[in-house]
Amino acid sequence: MERRWQRRSPVLFDWLRKNLSTQAQTMPLYIRIKEKIIVFFLAASSFVSVFITALIIYILFSESAGFFKKVPLGDFLFGTRWSPLLEPASYGVLPLINGTFLVTAGALIIALPVGLLTAIYLSEYASNKTRQFLKPVLEILSGIPTVVYGYFALTFITPILQTIIPITEVFNAASASIVVGIMTLPIITSLSDDALQTVPRSLREGAYALGATRFEVSTQIVLISALPRVGASVILAVSRAIGETMAVTLAAGATPKMTANIFESVQTMTAYIVEVSLGDTPQGTIGYQTSFAVGLLLFIITLTLNFMAQRLLYKKKH
Amino acid sequence: MNQQSITKPYEKAVVEVKNLSVFFNQNEAVKKVNLSIPINKVTAIIGPSGCGKSTLLRSINRMHDFEPIARLEGNIFLEGEDILLKSVDAVSLRRKIGMVFQKPNPFPKTIYENILWGPKINGFKINEDELVEQSLRQAAIWDEVKGRLFDSAISLSGGQQQRLCIARTIAMKPKVILMDEPCSALDPRSTGRIEDLILELKNEYTIVIVTHNMQQAARISDYTAFFYDGELIEYGNTSKIFTTPVLKQTEDYISGRFG
Repeated sequence: MERRWQRRSPVLFDWLRKNLSTQAQTMPLYIRIKEKIIVFFLAASSFVSVFITALIIYILFSESAGFFKKVPLGDFLFGTRWSPLLEPASYGVLPLINGTFLVTAGALIIALPVGLLTAIYLSEYASNKTRQFLKPVLEILSGIPTVVYGYFALTFITPILQTIIPITEVFNAASASIVVGIMTLPIITSLSDDALQTVPRSLREGAYALGATRFEVSTQIVLISALPRVGASVILAVSRAIGETMAVTLAAGATPKMTANIFESVQTMTAYIVEVSLGDTPQGTIGYQTSFAVGLLLFIITLTLNFMAQRLLYKKKH
Repeated sequence: MNQQSITKPYEKAVVEVKNLSVFFNQNEAVKKVNLSIPINKVTAIIGPSGCGKSTLLRSINRMHDFEPIARLEGNIFLEGEDILLKSVDAVSLRRKIGMVFQKPNPFPKTIYENILWGPKINGFKINEDELVEQSLRQAAIWDEVKGRLFDSAISLSGGQQQRLCIARTIAMKPKVILMDEPCSALDPRSTGRIEDLILELKNEYTIVIVTHNMQQAARISDYTAFFYDGELIEYGNTSKIFTTPVLKQTEDYISGRFG
């Protein structure tokens, strides 16, 4: 039914018809308001995570600022003795970085070859049946709580290491490396497998057509084509290994040390933060602030690595 | 069973397909095909989509080995040897039978490495620079790329990539080159260059080309095989097939009445 104003003002009516969506014309007002409220809550909940991230970064920086007022940045980054809680105090973070990278390097020695070979097997050799069985099994590895890994390292791997290599200490970097390697295996395997799968079939066929064997095609064509993405998976695994806390705290010990001997006890950055958090270091003291400085450093390292991985993943093809 | 009209070429056959059937699970994609491919000639395989022409082509270099659901019956003889036997090594067979694909598929390596990869993995004793130049010249792409042999092959245009893939194939010095619609992803100009190239290459190689483009088949091939629904319907001299086909079905397809 035509209303009176429509007759009186056809121009206005046309304008309204063009500029209101069909939805807006047909939907009653209360539904439109309800929609608005729903959208508001959806957006708000997605901003919660952004807000929390910003808050954590703010706290890391503000607490670290207190630390860096007392300790020069150079002494922190390049000092080779870490003894913030015991006199004479010293705040050189290198021993913690050394511990972290010793464990990470050891983990990578295990996870990189095993992970890559598994990925190549899954992607290029395994039948669909095998694949459907193996992939979920591998993913179970990442579902095991890390404290279980730590306990496993301490009570199972370390005794074995001690019988093989008697100099092995109760807490040692080697057993931590082994379990962190197992932990990061699914990351490398799963992401590298995905990377290999993205290589087009036509490229494989082109290689086979030249008289290549499956192994030559897998390693020289498929793996090379997927190399940026495979690299990203390795970087993400390294980032995960650096951030790993529970297993290394349990297995690697709490002795900040500049050593390359993986059978000795070391302390990683994460394990140090645990030590301070559990101990009775009073809030506001420099000992308390050290954990934020170490946390900030850890954050910057893993953020950089994750950023590099993203760059590799979204790099334009050649 | 459709009517058939098959005239065997009088030249010596390099590849002899005998009673070949290809199944994908229960579906018979190629049905009891007999086809002999003459030496140093271009043989075109035409027919509507899904008629089994690519399937037949891929049987000749055993590409179906990677397809667990594919099953082949019959024989394919390459110079008298049955290449479908389990005992024949498909990897060394593919050295003798090269293939160029529908979409150009250069490796993400340099132009130089693209040419040498095949001969190298097969342990051929070669003079690298010489082989690269010779193959690229034969593929009529040397003048365009000689200044940038160490650039990535991905940086080439589609038509250049396809000629590079042909160069990569002839670097292996195969007996037979299979081409699976090599121009379907290219513009008319690149298509023209590849057609000229095919005419050049037949002096040294035996070429089997699957094509959708009937003018192309008429222009470049010596023999034409018309497939329909997995069966070889008519086979013979290209000029004869295109001017005076024996069967009505062939005539209808060629004149564009179906397909």
